[in-house]
Amino acid sequence: MAKKVALLQGNDACAQGALYAGCNFFGGYPITPSTEVAEVLSIELPKRGGKFIQMEDEIAAMASIIGASLTGQKVLTATSGPGVSLKQELIGYACIAEVPCVIINVMRGGPSTGMPTGPGQSDVQQAKWGTHGDHPVIALVPASVQEIFSETVRAFNLAEKYRMPVQVLYDEIVGHMRERIEFPEPGELEVINRTEPTVSPEDYKPFDPSFGDVPPLAAFGSEYRFHVTGLNKAADGFPTTKANLVDDEQRRQIRKVDGAQPEIELNEEYLTEDAEVIIFAYGSTSRSARYAVNEMRKEGIKVGLFRPITLWPFPEKRIAELGKQAKAIVVAELNLGQMNLEVERVTKGSCEVPFLGRVDGEPINPGQIIDQVKEVK
Amino acid sequence: MAQRFEIRFSGAGGQGLITAGIILAEAASINEGKHAVQSQSYGPEARGGASKSEVIISDEPIDYPKATVVDACLAMTQESADKYANGIKPGGVLLIDSDFVKSVPAGDFKVVKIPIMRTAKEEVGREIVANVVALGAMIALTDVVSREAGLKAVLAKVPEAFLDLNEKAYSVGFEKVKEALDA
Repeated sequence: MAKKVALLQGNDACAQGALYAGCNFFGGYPITPSTEVAEVLSIELPKRGGKFIQMEDEIAAMASIIGASLTGQKVLTATSGPGVSLKQELIGYACIAEVPCVIINVMRGGPSTGMPTGPGQSDVQQAKWGTHGDHPVIALVPASVQEIFSETVRAFNLAEKYRMPVQVLYDEIVGHMRERIEFPEPGELEVINRTEPTVSPEDYKPFDPSFGDVPPLAAFGSEYRFHVTGLNKAADGFPTTKANLVDDEQRRQIRKVDGAQPEIELNEEYLTEDAEVIIFAYGSTSRSARYAVNEMRKEGIKVGLFRPITLWPFPEKRIAELGKQAKAIVVAELNLGQMNLEVERVTKGSCEVPFLGRVDGEPINPGQIIDQVKEVK
Repeated sequence: MAQRFEIRFSGAGGQGLITAGIILAEAASINEGKHAVQSQSYGPEARGGASKSEVIISDEPIDYPKATVVDACLAMTQESADKYANGIKPGGVLLIDSDFVKSVPAGDFKVVKIPIMRTAKEEVGREIVANVVALGAMIALTDVVSREAGLKAVLAKVPEAFLDLNEKAYSVGFEKVKEALDA
């Protein structure tokens, strides 16, 4: 049977991907350019027995999904940069309490209210450093409507598998444009649910490291009872200041993502094999870059594209290799210099890292990228 | 078909041009299996002022999702003609509502003049379907999708009570262009 196809807006595809992944709780507060995610889920979730709540603000929205997740639901919130700024404290809470949740950030400019209707990619370092303290980070950056669907599903999988918040960041251009999407059949994409405890309720410890770096998570409201806090905690979930326990707990949390990086990392490379100049770009900018690569290849210029789909953890190993192969890695993004810092850090001076940024509310167009690449000596 | 064909619909916010763009993109991507990307202007200008919707259609996957140089542009108002009827490819085409665009932008492109709003009101019966008249005209002018694929997408989009009205609007728009081109 032919697959179901539709012309869908990026934000709509995000909502559909969440439903495919089994999302049954959305708590949010509307904000341009993300509102359509909430709009679609406000219609679809109640039909499927799920819950949609429009909270009084972004902070409460984040709190609502943490609470719902702890009762065993698969949860989502969607917002834009200003909303993510407000959510930061609770994102940290979800990190330390190890609560699976997915946060969509449809990026506009900033800081503060910025330009609500224009695209931006200036929240990419915030995704890593926005909340204080050391904590693991997973952030995905889809570039098409189809990919917003599949990366939303993957975000749920990673959140559930590693018991942590996962952010999906895409710019307004990808969020608002419409493209053809083929809906995957049920079962076609993997759907992962959290591991639940098998020990008796009396023996259950919510952060027991003897179960590995990702201890099973019970649901509030079941026969399991446990304590949740934002303080550093021992295996039983109660606060501790014992040096070794505090240290072990934080290192375990970092290790659960570091140790699984090959599984979490996802990149696309286009014509990089023989490339002397490589463009590093993600989201809508990667589409301009691909157009630019095709144009320059017609002129015989050896240029390729590296497109991270998982932005955090950063694809350090591969970028370091490409930095040795290429004369330059040109970083193009809708901000005034963010991921170029990471490319510079991992290439350690082995290649030039020219930067092309734009923050006037317009996309970086292929001509700008071509000009930047041609400047490489 | 060319590898990449770009169409811009522009006019006043509220005239249904974003819907026209979506219908064209659906005709191309769902009914004809091509690749299509639709985008639109957001923000204060989307209500009342000049508004635009762009559709890119290609036989191959579309990378850059915004218009570069458009092959065809529709302008329903003078303001939209002034603001958006630029960047038309040499040899491209500009379709204008001749009752509203009095000062026609100059350039190396063909200009086709049709009183779109008046046609919707007097020949179809409702001004509200002017966007579908314009869509029919644009498809006749560009041949970017077949007449049948366009009509199918229109009928899939509109409420059942308005099927006949929209089919008429589409056909009248299509025929107007054929007449204008033959004249």
